[in-house]
Amino acid sequence: MHVFKLILKNTLRHKLRSFLTIVGISIAVMAFGFMRTVITAWYAGVEASAVNRMVTRHSVSFIFPLPLSYRDQIARIPGVSQVSYANWFGGVYKDASDWKNFFPRIGIDPETYIDMYPEFLVTVDELAAFQKDRNACLIGAKLAQQLNFKVGDIIPIDGDIYPGKWEFVVRGIYHGKDKSTDETQMLFQWKYLDEQVKQRQPGREGQVGWYILKVQNPSDMSIVAKIVDDMFKNSLAATKTETEKEFQQSFVSMSSAIITSMKVISFVIIGIILLVLANTIVMSARERTREYAVLKALGFSAFHIIGLIGGESMLLACSGGALGLALLFPIARGFANVFPTFFPVFNVEIITIALSVATAVVSGIIAAVFPTINTLRTKTVDGLRAIG
Amino acid sequence: MKIPISYIWRSVWVRRLTTVLTLGGIALVVFVFAAVLMLAHGLEKTLVDTGSDGNVIVLRRSATTEVVSQIDRDAASIIKVQPEVALLPDGKPVASTEVYVIINLLKKESNDMGNISVRGISPEAMQLRQQVKLIDGRMFQPGTHEIIVGSSIAKRFQDCEIGKQLRFGGDLWTIVGIFTGEGSSFDSEVWGDVEQFMPAFGRPVFSSMTLRLRSANDFKTLKERIEGDPRTQYVELKHEKQYYQEQSQLMSDFIKGLGLIVTIIFSVGAIIGAMITMYAAVANRTVEIGTLRALGFRRRNVLGAFLIESILVSVFGGCAGIALASLMSFVNISTINWGTFSELAFGFALSPGIMLSSLIFSIVMGIVGGFLPAVRASRLNIVNALRAS
Repeated sequence: MHVFKLILKNTLRHKLRSFLTIVGISIAVMAFGFMRTVITAWYAGVEASAVNRMVTRHSVSFIFPLPLSYRDQIARIPGVSQVSYANWFGGVYKDASDWKNFFPRIGIDPETYIDMYPEFLVTVDELAAFQKDRNACLIGAKLAQQLNFKVGDIIPIDGDIYPGKWEFVVRGIYHGKDKSTDETQMLFQWKYLDEQVKQRQPGREGQVGWYILKVQNPSDMSIVAKIVDDMFKNSLAATKTETEKEFQQSFVSMSSAIITSMKVISFVIIGIILLVLANTIVMSARERTREYAVLKALGFSAFHIIGLIGGESMLLACSGGALGLALLFPIARGFANVFPTFFPVFNVEIITIALSVATAVVSGIIAAVFPTINTLRTKTVDGLRAIG
Repeated sequence: MKIPISYIWRSVWVRRLTTVLTLGGIALVVFVFAAVLMLAHGLEKTLVDTGSDGNVIVLRRSATTEVVSQIDRDAASIIKVQPEVALLPDGKPVASTEVYVIINLLKKESNDMGNISVRGISPEAMQLRQQVKLIDGRMFQPGTHEIIVGSSIAKRFQDCEIGKQLRFGGDLWTIVGIFTGEGSSFDSEVWGDVEQFMPAFGRPVFSSMTLRLRSANDFKTLKERIEGDPRTQYVELKHEKQYYQEQSQLMSDFIKGLGLIVTIIFSVGAIIGAMITMYAAVANRTVEIGTLRALGFRRRNVLGAFLIESILVSVFGGCAGIALASLMSFVNISTINWGTFSELAFGFALSPGIMLSSLIFSIVMGIVGGFLPAVRASRLNIVNALRAS
């Protein structure tokens, strides 16, 4: 019991130093947690994918369209309970150089798409209004917040993949069922796009970007994928069918180099935590060489010395870690509020908290190793003789 | 009278372990700082090197990239014959009408799908882009299903060797050569005959067109005439350099933004580390400081000595960090370019500017970390300091 009191007293001996160390560790732990949150935000699309959905796209690349006629053929495959389709629209809203004006614009089938994605919550009235108007669109809640869109607003888009001027009327705002749902999209009627393209660029109509398949039994997925891809193998547009998870994953792996570098940076942060903490512990142990020698002379065992130095290290590391975690939440929330659409989903995950705690604890242990060994190795006589 | 440097130097040396730990902290921060700047610089360099002076790219208005741009044959042939376009000795205009699409290939190491840019070119493209040279094999034969691949594609993707065939656009294409673009983004592309690619990808129109000007001063005249002509008013002319600069903007802003936030947070950690060290140095040497003062050194000399000590440590840390970061220039990374959605290989590029700003950054950390402890040292009362144990 006295050991704990001694640890506390030792820690409080240099109040300024302990305070600085704790602040340093807490900032680093906070930065570590923030980096991990950014990394998990990248995988949010993968995590949010449903187990019973699959995506069929052009086998060469998703930039090539598929004919609409595939829909009925896919729908007839046993095991497929529903088929919907969507099309990437691209385009530029106002000024392209401001990333705030970027948001996904997707042409969808108004009858089936919302059924396929039960995580998009729209009121019955708004959905009906959306389905009634050809140039209507649904806006995600976060997007509506960022660009201040309201129901009834007209959104002008400058087309690039589909050249020309386009206007969409906001008929509803969808909310996510849970925190991991993407609320940054603009969904509009694919038919509107198709009809316009027919007039503006005849020959490009009747094409969709990708199909979304709902399967009755998730274990049938690999069979369904094979049947679909075999069906169109020798047609003009061969397909690639994969689970929604794999589809999302392929987008994440495109930026794998960035994610890797962020992981590396998060490890460098651990290095900095360690350096700050180790510095303090080494310094304290050096100053107290004589005290530890006295303790040893009085008959305290090596175990006590380990406890004293390690305990102080752990106390600093854990208080810093706790403070850092306490800081992480408001900072992550602040970031998500200031940049609501930068990452569609930005939450501090449990795994991030666990990793941050582990980082603090492990640093606490490692930082104490060297000074402890040093103290134990010092002969009691030399220790007593040492001058601070 | 100033306190001799040798005194400061020895003080740093006496507490080796602590000094090294502090130095290590600063080195790590400077390393991250420099690496981030190097990455952004490398990316910009790759994309900016892709453009050549005197070259003009023609895109559809409001198309930010070649992927989404469309130019029909009529407009292309009108633009080609403008008097401002440079001519080859045989009288052909130095202009390449191109189609630009993205295909998926498997990566060598991870077996993951990667997005590759495929560019269909006119025969004049090689004159247009002098930095592109064949390093192996031969040029593709126009009118055939032959292609050449960029060196970084050949390195990173499966089956990208001379003699192998790639399947895309409903057909097989034989690789007959490997080219390098001297570090430009062409290294990450596959080239073939535009007239073969268009039917294969079902494209009735070109994506873009690049041409060489007779004289760089002609740009404005040409731009105004083309964009004013009702037949071609849907296009936009841009300097090729400027176009590629814009391509790198989003990505390099992201790298810089994220990197700078991270380094600022890091530097707080390192500054605190330096502060702890310097405070301890002051506390341990109270008697020494009292002696110095008694010998006649002024408060400001003591302040200066401790500041210099802190700056000394941080400069060494900064140098170590830069040395560490310079090793990164051997690392090449490839990632998606969000502008075009295709793979782009680039490296960390060190520049004198980055070295200088890293060094300044480390000195600032040393000053900020050392200032408060130095003030405390200079404020010590002589008598009390001498009496301290």
